[in-house]
Amino acid sequence: MTAIQTDVVIIGAGPTGLFAVFELGLLDIKAHIVDILDRPGGQCAELYPEKPIYDIPGLPIVTGQELVDRLMEQIKPFSPTFHLGEMATALTKTEDGKWRLTTDAGTVLEAPVLVVAAGGGSFTPKRPPIPGIEAYEGSSVFYAVRKIENFRGKKVIIAGGGDSALDWTLNLQPVAAGMTLVHHRDGFRAAPDSVNKMRALVENGQMQLHIANVSALHGANGKLEAVTFKTKEKEYDVACDALLPFFGLTMKLGPVADFGLNLHENLIPVDTEKFETSTPSIFAIGDINTYPGKLKLILSGFHEAALMAQQAFRVARPNEKLRFQYTTSSSNLQKKLGVA
Amino acid sequence: VKIKVTDQKGGVHEIEGTLGWSLMEAVRQANLPMNAECGGCLACATCHVYVDEAFRGAIPEASELEIAMLDMAFDIQDNSRLSCQITLKPELEGLAVTLAPGTD
Repeated sequence: MTAIQTDVVIIGAGPTGLFAVFELGLLDIKAHIVDILDRPGGQCAELYPEKPIYDIPGLPIVTGQELVDRLMEQIKPFSPTFHLGEMATALTKTEDGKWRLTTDAGTVLEAPVLVVAAGGGSFTPKRPPIPGIEAYEGSSVFYAVRKIENFRGKKVIIAGGGDSALDWTLNLQPVAAGMTLVHHRDGFRAAPDSVNKMRALVENGQMQLHIANVSALHGANGKLEAVTFKTKEKEYDVACDALLPFFGLTMKLGPVADFGLNLHENLIPVDTEKFETSTPSIFAIGDINTYPGKLKLILSGFHEAALMAQQAFRVARPNEKLRFQYTTSSSNLQKKLGVA
Repeated sequence: VKIKVTDQKGGVHEIEGTLGWSLMEAVRQANLPMNAECGGCLACATCHVYVDEAFRGAIPEASELEIAMLDMAFDIQDNSRLSCQITLKPELEGLAVTLAPGTD
């Protein structure tokens, strides 16, 4: 695939990554943003879209999603390109000294500056702490459904009680040879309509519902044969070809850990002048960085984005003079923002 | 208050918790292995603990939201709680909890 050329590649579309687009934009620096989630907002959108935040300067109360919506509005004049649902997987240096970032979707981005604004890391499915589960992942244990057809004629067990668990139970039940939903309690936080449909299937004998925890896996060479269900009273085995656990997402640093950035307890050390990492022209801002006195606050990320942008300009535009201006007084900036 | 914490691998730790703080904060302060990813806003279920039977009565019952969030934790038992929802108070002196699997 041909590499896309830009000024800055930002990993992470959380509030810090989004505001970085703004600060870079004021300096005429173009950005592309990569995020593993399928929408912008990071933790604000994924973990607490409806929870109020009270410590954003000037916004006495704002929900996670509202903050993301406002940031998206604020950066609109700079029309960044988003690569959503993609994980940044590899970083190399090109012959002309640029960074080349590749994603798991095959996107290749080249830029003189890389900004890591990856927060707590990539959101990835939670892995149940069942001994030996790794050996079955990708062959019998799946955290997502890519093709429904792959489950045709299979004895499928789905674990969990949320919308993903219920939706896939209903979607895979018609093709599966057997469908079992296992959940630790006889109550579900999924949409009531899905729960009703599931209960009707159970009543008609078209699938089974077990109230239990999954405690062990049995099989060989990555091929699952049975799963042990554990209740307070007993443990018993249920035959199984495919297990799909849906317990939400967790944050894992992921491939960024291999970018050679001198990690300290899974955080990236930076200076507090430019928020540059130990590797020149790679910056780290927001929750992912560390420095003396660091506070994991959204407002810290905003500040870090502004200072990072100054140095990013010097790297991306080595022959131009950096002119510091205010949005209130500069007609030049106001033109960029589309208000003048 | 003094708290006895058994970690995911069976190690036992005596830690000191501050009154009015959450149990999750006390565990994190003591640098014990607990993800507590969302920082206590009831959004991740990665601060799941088992509460010793003797203390279950001294802790207010789980809210509906906490019960729903526990769906995203593993190996749920009757004494499963999210530690960010347990506020330390004098009655909890000597509290004993076990960090649940999948929280480190």
